Amino acid sequence: MEIGMVVGRTWATQRHESMQPLRMLLVKPYNPVKEEYEGLPYLCLDKNINAGVGDQVLMVDDGGPSRMILDDELAPVRGFVIGIVDDIHINEKCRRQLFDD
Amino acid sequence: MKPGRVIGRVVCSQKYPDFKGERFLLVQPTDWKKNDRGEPIVCTDAVGAGYEEFVFYIESREAGLALGEKEPPSDASICGIIDGVDMEDEVWK
Repeated sequence: MEIGMVVGRTWATQRHESMQPLRMLLVKPYNPVKEEYEGLPYLCLDKNINAGVGDQVLMVDDGGPSRMILDDELAPVRGFVIGIVDDIHINEKCRRQLFDD
Repeated sequence: MKPGRVIGRVVCSQKYPDFKGERFLLVQPTDWKKNDRGEPIVCTDAVGAGYEEFVFYIESREAGLALGEKEPPSDASICGIIDGVDMEDEVWK
């Protein structure tokens, strides 16, 4: 699981039928130690979470959990928003150790 | 799932039998503003995309699933044609 921020939305009329009724969000990965956003945004689906642009979210970038969420063993989906983050705590001592590495 | 642009196609007469009837397209990976990013890859096509279309593709095991129950040994598959992207300008890279 990764933390990310919803930075945009996208839409597609013609897409695989398994993801047809779902919202598509663009989620940019977040590094909580360096406290910065990095990398190309992923295309993630959203089922019953209703995240919006600007929300910090928890996401999975893998096929297994995504198929579990859709309850369809043959769905070609990868990437799902699974929660909205309220708060992140990192121990300052641990953060400093990570920075030294 | 990642964005890309269809730039051509690949034809193979001799291929693994499970690929029968599938199309191979050349896809240039891009960012969400359609700027090229990295080297082109070959994708199988699950939605009927054409030249110059802005698409998203799926990688790894799910690529085979996109082509139906016979699951051909594909590692990248086009899963949708993007109509539009709505995104703030400073965060797209």
